[in-house]
Amino acid sequence: MTAVNAIEVNHLTKRFGQKTVVDDISFHVRQGEVFGLLGPNGAGKTTTLRMMTTLLQADAGQVKIFGHDTVKEGRLARSMFGLTGQYASVDEDISARENLMIFSRLNGLSRRAAKQRTAELLAEFSLENSADKALKNFSGGMRRRLDLAVSLITRPTLIFLDEPTTGLDPRTRTQMWATIRQLVRQGSTVVLTTQYLDEADQLADNLAIIDHGKLVKLGTPAELKQQIGGTKLSFTVRQADQVEPAEHLLTTSAASAVQRVGQNLSVRLKHVAALAPILAALNQAKITIDHLVVQEPSLDDVFMTLTVGKN
Amino acid sequence: MDIQTHGGNVMMNTATMAYRNLLKTVHNPDNFMDVVIQPVLFMLMFGYLFGGAIAGGVSAYLPTIVPGILMQAMLSAGSGSGAQIREDLDSGVFDRFKSLPMAHIAPLAGQLFADSLRLVIATVASLTTGYLMGWRPGVGFGWVIAVGLLAIFTGWALSWIFALLGLVAKSAGAVQSASLMTMLVLSFMSNAFVLLHSLTKPLQFIARLNPVTYVITAIRQILATGSWTHAALWVLIVDVGVVAIFAPLAVWAYDRN
Repeated sequence: MTAVNAIEVNHLTKRFGQKTVVDDISFHVRQGEVFGLLGPNGAGKTTTLRMMTTLLQADAGQVKIFGHDTVKEGRLARSMFGLTGQYASVDEDISARENLMIFSRLNGLSRRAAKQRTAELLAEFSLENSADKALKNFSGGMRRRLDLAVSLITRPTLIFLDEPTTGLDPRTRTQMWATIRQLVRQGSTVVLTTQYLDEADQLADNLAIIDHGKLVKLGTPAELKQQIGGTKLSFTVRQADQVEPAEHLLTTSAASAVQRVGQNLSVRLKHVAALAPILAALNQAKITIDHLVVQEPSLDDVFMTLTVGKN
Repeated sequence: MDIQTHGGNVMMNTATMAYRNLLKTVHNPDNFMDVVIQPVLFMLMFGYLFGGAIAGGVSAYLPTIVPGILMQAMLSAGSGSGAQIREDLDSGVFDRFKSLPMAHIAPLAGQLFADSLRLVIATVASLTTGYLMGWRPGVGFGWVIAVGLLAIFTGWALSWIFALLGLVAKSAGAVQSASLMTMLVLSFMSNAFVLLHSLTKPLQFIARLNPVTYVITAIRQILATGSWTHAALWVLIVDVGVVAIFAPLAVWAYDRN
């Protein structure tokens, strides 16, 4: 069976007054993958997500969820995904158990099934001990966990997470990542927005980089990093009079622009294999070097390069 | 998906949403204070301050003011729904409600059904204060209940108008001040505290345009005659009409929000 794409986004556009906040964006999300929408603040990530989850009407273009148009078959489409919004979308005034019960009932579970599912989720997200306390006393991490638990009530195969770890401390963040990976292992498709590059790098199989409402780049984290250029090599030349010959040597062997800051030289290599000959040549020329750093390109580089100067 | 769902059922969704809103209010009893304090305070102040001047005595004034305070309390409790809805909309929880495969009227109707508890409490507070001050309606207790229900239903119908206001307004604060102004104007520019013929001609004209006047007149008629009058029937018909017009408008505004 050729699997239907979990999501197809075609020429999606949204204008707020004169401003086009989402500009003709198209991409698709395959079943079972983690798809990341990455971009700086105000890039249009959340607006895109809100249109995908039927919360906002697009001015042009369409979104299909498992082949179902979100406008024409809104209710059916809505029954196929869970959504965890950017701001904890649970009720503050009532307890975790009550929240889960209410949302279970609203999702159409019978009273008995709702009770059972609530108990399961409380256990799964380690919320049993505070199940009956008012949410006002919850920590940010607990709130997010409850929020996620609520969106998993119907065990949706597609889950939208809008900035799932914004504002969480490193430990809770790692826990959230583990939870998301667990979901994927169980066969879910996850779409998340994030402004954290390491998060996208850690979790996403495919990424869409969005800036000023436009889709800037689409690909796997590895592909995106590849496009920016390969490994970065940098070192410091110990003796000042050797900087000139070292730079010359580097330019000829790496065949790309060398950056020189004082006695520090850096260059981008197409392949890691180019590293050994350079080091051998330096050795042969009796140039002593310190602080050797070989760095794989990070998504930070990608991000900075693609969104540079626009903000 | 191994979880059986019954799909969207409007009644069930509404009941669940009403339960949610009731839980919220029960966890925060402060939410009831305004609907208790306001009628009690106004009844005491107006009764003892103006009773003598307007009707020659507190007990003579009570048949006039009790229905008036009752309707003022309905206006005030009903108008609270608008601000509550706006607050909810801004909180992010509504995003989740909207993304669920449930009937779109359910969050609104649920809120308004739960808010009818506020109407009930305000009614009990108004009538009980009146009773303690010496108000003794000359009709059977059944008619007092009937009057209470008519007032509550009218307040509930009005709350749909305020719900629409809440949905189109920019902030909860804006809804709150608009609601307060509406409540004050509608209750004072009517026959709630004085009889119509005591007003100057221009004021009488305004009071006659005010729908609240007709509700209060209907309530006074029932309490005076112990029978269901044409005026009361008209109030019921208009209430149903208000819901029939404003409920779809509110759902429309909710979808656009």
